[in-house]
This record gives sequence, structure tokens and C-alpha cells, in this order.
Amino acid sequence: MSVQAQTNETVIAPVRVASGGRINLTPYLFILPHLIFFALFLAWPFFFGIFTSLFEFDFLRPERRPFVGLENYISLFDPSSVQFRDFWRAMKNTGEFILWSVPPLVIVAVFLAVLLNGRFRGRGFFRMIFFAPYTLSVTAAAVIWWWIFQPQGGIVNHLLDSLGIGGPNWLSHMPEAWIAITIATVWWTIGFNTIIILAALQDIPTSLYEAAAIDGAGAARRFWHITLPLLKPVLVLVITITLIASANLFGQPYIMTAGGPTQQTEPIIFRIYIEGILRSQMGSAAAMSVVVAATLLIVTALNFKFFGKSETE
Amino acid sequence: MTFWKKSPDEDAEGAALSNGGVAKVLQYMLLILFALFFVLPLIWMAVTAIKPSGEWLDPNWIPVEPTTDNFTSVFQDPTLPVTKWFFNSLLIASVFTVLVLIIDSLAAYAYARMQFRGRKVLFALLLATLVMPGIMFLIPNYITIANFGWLNSYQGVIAPGLSGVFGVFFLRQFFQSLPRELEEAAYVDGATVWQTYFKIVLPLSRGALATLGVITFLVSWNEFLWSLLIVGGDRQMQTLPVGLATLQGQYTFDYGKLMAGALLLTIPVLLLYMLTQRYIIKSVATTGLKG
Repeated sequence: MSVQAQTNETVIAPVRVASGGRINLTPYLFILPHLIFFALFLAWPFFFGIFTSLFEFDFLRPERRPFVGLENYISLFDPSSVQFRDFWRAMKNTGEFILWSVPPLVIVAVFLAVLLNGRFRGRGFFRMIFFAPYTLSVTAAAVIWWWIFQPQGGIVNHLLDSLGIGGPNWLSHMPEAWIAITIATVWWTIGFNTIIILAALQDIPTSLYEAAAIDGAGAARRFWHITLPLLKPVLVLVITITLIASANLFGQPYIMTAGGPTQQTEPIIFRIYIEGILRSQMGSAAAMSVVVAATLLIVTALNFKFFGKSETE
Repeated sequence: MTFWKKSPDEDAEGAALSNGGVAKVLQYMLLILFALFFVLPLIWMAVTAIKPSGEWLDPNWIPVEPTTDNFTSVFQDPTLPVTKWFFNSLLIASVFTVLVLIIDSLAAYAYARMQFRGRKVLFALLLATLVMPGIMFLIPNYITIANFGWLNSYQGVIAPGLSGVFGVFFLRQFFQSLPRELEEAAYVDGATVWQTYFKIVLPLSRGALATLGVITFLVSWNEFLWSLLIVGGDRQMQTLPVGLATLQGQYTFDYGKLMAGALLLTIPVLLLYMLTQRYIIKSVATTGLKG
């Protein structure tokens, strides 16, 4: 998100506007391949998604695709409709997972970044290890933790047994299922946040810490009064990215809990997948997507508004 | 985030931790503790994969009778075309990566160095999609792919990802950082834009292209949701991440076989990561963008 447009762009490729005023085609030929795919799969679906949401669009039965106006949206907000309960349960579940996952994914990442900051032996090694799980597929991460949290034979409950504690049925009880999914997610993705925060930490001039140390500020006070305020812009960015990533939860519950127990870990992407792909109700699924996207955009905007603007995009 | 020098590889002196002896010991203890948290699940996966079925449920970390049975039975199960999945994943990720490098570098060069009508508007449009939640595109793109008759096909998995803007931004940023003199000299010598691009710019960009290539390959190899939608219904066409989910459905409590499958999915990625980790981490640190 920090790949921003730079203001002082230099243009050096000779622009050959022929004397007749013909337009030079070369730049367009350069951008054309990307532009075709961009138009087809990013620009067009933006409108096509909203368009689809105005129809009862049964994917398997082309004869059942009448225009229904805002009906798909109305039923999302009508407590007596079929979709209402499933949709808002999934929204609530997603919100719960955000509350479970975002705080550790940000706070622990700051802690890990501080641990990795500075000059010491083995730094590169630890950084490599911390980031490694992020390079795995969500199915690999989820299957590994699904196995670790198995009630019988799972290593976590073996460990608890040896301490004389009876381990719970992690994946079929609430809130243990959220705890298991959160731990798997933290393990899988926290390296990403850590690296971004670490990079920001390294931008903080050492002279600030030296001056504070001379003034007698201890490590804790230096962290609160120098590190945190200077990290603020990057933290806003990290919180926003993490929030959106958590709102996109899908693979972990798909593998670990199948959305259970009784749909209590079924997040909104899972619901859209069920509605649109498994039940082939594309119109209703498209309407859900639009509502979710609008919600995410509002949350992102509020996040930047309340926690201050960062210089990044 | 600022873009100037902040390679995490340079041992920058950030004095967030005071460097007393006790603090140093504590720091290493915590680092080792967290390292164990990240590594042990991977080791446990590998350990389970080489245990015979009688040991799966036991908590021992060293198998009493290590075996390759899990791998052979996963590979020999006629209902699970694991070798085909591996081939599918390799093909899709490779073709996708090559196409991204070609398409995105061309576009990036135009946006970096050329002046043309509509450039500002188009670039603003690309930027705008960065904030658009990806979920918006899932259903309409699925319908488009179905209309093309591309369900259960490689191109159905590959094509929508080529619309991505990350590679364009990544390479544009790099092209802008190149010294202009070389390109100018080429133009003075009468080279065309195409010649300059292929003979001067691309050779100078091997490092950036390699980094983008590795990241793109990893992202494509790991991708799950879209592949599940497009090829989930045809076992022969599945990729490894989707196949592993199928494996889990089939082998519910055959933990050893499942972990053998998981190992197959993770080993290539971890090897690639170990070889290129400095560049991957550096590009994450500087762009702060998910691939």
C-alpha cells in the first residue's frame, strides 16, 4: 500500500508525435496486455458484481434469473428472510474472529520486531524462522494445526495430559475453536507484520534513544515515548492490513472446523461461498459481497480517520 | 512507509532493547522460545509423516520405527492423483509467474517512463483497486470464467490473477530508480523504445524481476480459495492446496498420510524460501504489500 505515485516523475522515452499529429502507439502497446486482464477481471467485475446482485441469478438454471431490483439487499436486512440469519451470523462470526486475531497479530508482532531489532548474532537466522510460516499455503498451515489440536492424539492435549489437565475438544467447542483458529493464524501470518514493523523500527534514528538515555529514561519509557509514537503511521497501516486479512478468513475454518460447531466459526467468505457456489444463488451472494465490501471500506476509512493519517496510501 | 535505505539486512542499530548482559540473555531466551513456536509444528508434521500408523497417536518426537509407508500409500491411492496435483501446481505457478513478469514489466515501464494520453487516469484506476476488497470480484469473476467455459481448466485458475497491480507497482518503482543516463544514451544512438527496453532496461532489472518472480510463484503455488472454486470439482485438475483439502476429507483420521501430503505441499516452498529469503523479506519490508 506504500507503493505510491511519486510526484516528480521523469519521462524520458522519446515521445514521437509525428508532424501530422498522429498519436504514438508505443506506450499503449506496452500497457495493453495488462490492461486487457485488468479490464476483464478487476474493472468489469466491479460493475458486473453490482449488476448481478440485482437479479435472482441461479447459476445452474439460466431460466431462473429474473431482475429483482434491490430484493437481494432487502432480504439481507429483513429478519424474516432465509438469508438474514445465515448472513448476520457469519458477519458476527467474522467480527469475533477480528477481535480474537487482530490484537495478538499486532501486539505480538511489535514485541517480536523489538526482539529482532538491533545488532546481535543470529539475527538473520531468527528473522528467517519467524517469517517462514507465512510462505506456506493456508491449507498446509491449517492441516498442521488441525492435527495439533485433535482431541485424541493431538500434541497439545498430550501436553496438557502430562500436566494433569484434561484437554478440551478444541475444534468442536466454543470458544476453543476460535482460540485454535487464532493460534494457527498467528503462527501462519505474524511474520509478515513483524517484518514491516521491524523495517519501521530501523528507521528510528539511534540519536533519539541516546539523547533519552542521557536524560535518564529507562528502556520502558524510551519504548512508550519514542518508539511507539514514531511507529504510529506504520501501525495504522499494519492494523488496517491485518483487519482486512482477518475479515477474509476462509481456509482455516474450512479445514479445521468446517465452520462448526453448528456454524459458529463460519465466516462471511465461507457463507458467500456456500450461497454462491454450493447453492448457486449468485445474485444473493453478489449482494452479500457488495455489503461486505462496503463495510470493509467504511471500516478502513474510519481506521485511518481515527488513528491518524499515515503518509502511505 | 518511506522507501529509502532500510534494508533489514544491514545491522541497523536500534537501541530498543538496552544491551546489558541480563537483557541480552533474556532476549535470546525469548527469541529461542518464539523460534520453537514457529518451527516445532513443522517438525511435528514431518515426524508424523514418517511414523507407522501404530505410532500416530503417540506423543513421541522420535519415531520408534520410521517408515516411508505414508508416502507410498498416498502416491499409490488410485482415487488421489497426487502426482497430477503436483504437476498441476507446478504448471500453473510457473506459467502464471512467467506471464506476470512479461505483462507487468511491459506495463510498468510505460507507467514509469512514458508520457501518453490517459496515463494519469489509468494509473489512478490501478491504484484505486488496491483499496477495493477482493471479495467483490469473487462471484462476478466466477461467472465470467464459467461463461468462457473455463471451469476446471488451467486458464480459469491463471487468467484472473493476471489483472493484479502489485507487480506493476513493484516494477514501476524499480524502473524509476534506474539511472536515466543509460536509456538516454541509447536513444541518442538511435535505439527505439523497444530496443532500449529489451537490451538496456530488462538486463538491468534481473534482480527485481527475480524477486517479483519468486514472490509471484509462492503466492500462486499457495493460493487456495480461487483454485477451490475453479478446479475443486474435478480431482484430476486440482492443485496441491486444494488436493490437500480433498486428502483431509478422504483420510480424516489417517494423520500420517495427511502429514505426508502436507509435507509434499510445504517442502518445495520452504526450499525456495530458504534460498531466496533475504530478497523476499527485503521486498516485504520495503513495499509492505501482500503479493
